Amino acid sequence: MSERLSVFKTYKLFIGGKFPRSESGRVYEVTAATSAADAAGKGNWLANAPLSSRKDGRDAVVAARKAFGAWSGATAYNRGQILYRVAEMLEGRREQFAAEVADAEGLSKAKAAAQVDAAIDRWVWYAGWTDKIAQIAGGTNPVAGPFFNVSSPAPTGVVALVAPGESSFLGLVSVIAPAIAAGNTVVVVASEKAPLPALSLGEVLATSDLPGGVVNILSGRAAEIAPSLAAHQDVNAIDLAGADAELAKELETAAADNLKRVLRPQPVDWSAAPGTGRLLAFLETKTVWHPTGSLGAGGSSY
Amino acid sequence: MADVTASDGTLRRFLHGLPGVDPVGLEARAAALGTRSIKTTAKAYAIDLAISMIDLTTLEGADTPGKVRALCAKALNPDPTDRTTPRTAAICVYPDMVATAAESLAGSDVKVASVATAFPAGRAALPVKLADTADAVAAGADEIDMVIDRGAFLAGRYLDVFEEIKAVKDACRRPDGSAARLKVIFETGELSTYDNIRRASWLGMLAGADFIKTSTGKVAVNATPANTLLMLEAVRDFRAATGVQVGVKPAGGIRTTKDAIKFLVLVNETVGEEWLTNQWFRFGASSLLNDLLMQRQKLSTGRYSGPDYVTVD
Repeated sequence: MSERLSVFKTYKLFIGGKFPRSESGRVYEVTAATSAADAAGKGNWLANAPLSSRKDGRDAVVAARKAFGAWSGATAYNRGQILYRVAEMLEGRREQFAAEVADAEGLSKAKAAAQVDAAIDRWVWYAGWTDKIAQIAGGTNPVAGPFFNVSSPAPTGVVALVAPGESSFLGLVSVIAPAIAAGNTVVVVASEKAPLPALSLGEVLATSDLPGGVVNILSGRAAEIAPSLAAHQDVNAIDLAGADAELAKELETAAADNLKRVLRPQPVDWSAAPGTGRLLAFLETKTVWHPTGSLGAGGSSY
Repeated sequence: MADVTASDGTLRRFLHGLPGVDPVGLEARAAALGTRSIKTTAKAYAIDLAISMIDLTTLEGADTPGKVRALCAKALNPDPTDRTTPRTAAICVYPDMVATAAESLAGSDVKVASVATAFPAGRAALPVKLADTADAVAAGADEIDMVIDRGAFLAGRYLDVFEEIKAVKDACRRPDGSAARLKVIFETGELSTYDNIRRASWLGMLAGADFIKTSTGKVAVNATPANTLLMLEAVRDFRAATGVQVGVKPAGGIRTTKDAIKFLVLVNETVGEEWLTNQWFRFGASSLLNDLLMQRQKLSTGRYSGPDYVTVD
């Protein structure tokens, strides 16, 4: 039997549930990291990743906006089921992700596998939060009058995420999962040096009952794509997790134009328990007054 | 050309004597022209031109006077945040809404167009169609969009269709001697073949159409680059033969700036600059305007705009 030819994979973007190439037709080389300390850049060639343009970003925002109504309107329970389904699908492709993370971050096989496991556990953890966050972030407020006063958290809208550069998979999952668990739709700018785990995640999301457009993944230069996302009038919030100080400042300034919510970059240990911070960051509180009903001679019946 | 319409026989011989359309070549030509890259200042010019060519349309059973007035306000001032935005060419409504629209647009250069002749099916007796038309003209319509009798056309009764268009054209006359401009809708999606679209175009122009229009927007296939290109070729050839200039209006299914610019390229490359004004070329559209406005805002501010910054209609 003759030797098999190697089958190279064409990594593509994930926009609106489809896998397009960059509309610009550009790609860039992704190389393996040689050691954890010296992240990607010096190792062997791994693949060509699409080098997204601003137009890809715009297309992704259109897809995210289109998906927002149905996703934010789905029951929290249903969102939880779908997120859990994502974890199930990831579990089936653990080996592939472990290999990609090992290459991307220069980790040993065992350490990379541990990162992937932690990321899958995190999906499950956030899946559980979808129908519980309202109890934490909302509630009934005591008011001096015959009214019920109820506060409940509502998703912010379309969120642009600049994914962490150093943690190509666990960090990525840690920014995507809370944003969509809360009912937002997202446009993610993947780690510039290590985008392959993110692009593969798109393939998992496409087969997980997640409606197309809820998560849109772009690879390329954050400094090129993110500013137009930050200035985009139809993006409601931006997470600067992976932006360096200079880029973060530029993005914050651009985001101020339409009063976007901004989650500023902060040092995060992605392997530690995340807490509810990122869930709450992209929820807005809606408060409703409702009369208690008829007032008898003896006052409110409630 | 008067002799070709002398009888059913001569008209049929003329229409069937028109050269056949090469569908592959036509679609390839339309697609090739659609790949032109229009950027920066050319794009800004194209966007403003496209806005000024829109027949802002609402043809729903649920139309109310309030909705028509809101649409008129939008036609007069498409982007309240930017007063340099041009006005649309016209408002297109059902005949019973003409008076409302005319009142809202009084004193402006925005025209009132009304569909007529039992739009969209065109299934009514001729006197009913003529009354429908005269009613709209009397209410103040500047332009009449009529539908042809596709049943008669497809059955080969060309002279009937010809006479009907002529009769409607007469009904467009006002007592003071002026006349509303007549747009003739072929409903290209129901004509089956490109040859039929070419024949219908010539038939409409021979009968005195001021504009030929692709479709009603009520069927599955509406304006496409290919059928619009074919109609543009027909008006070019008609002017070469008779010296009479006729306008073209693609309608239905044109929703994005990109699409609109492709049509403008077709116009420029087929009939030239003389047709690049709202006197001779129109878009029948409603949601297209919002996309054009968002693109316009992007060009002027550098920021991508969103649906929160244009009206919901």
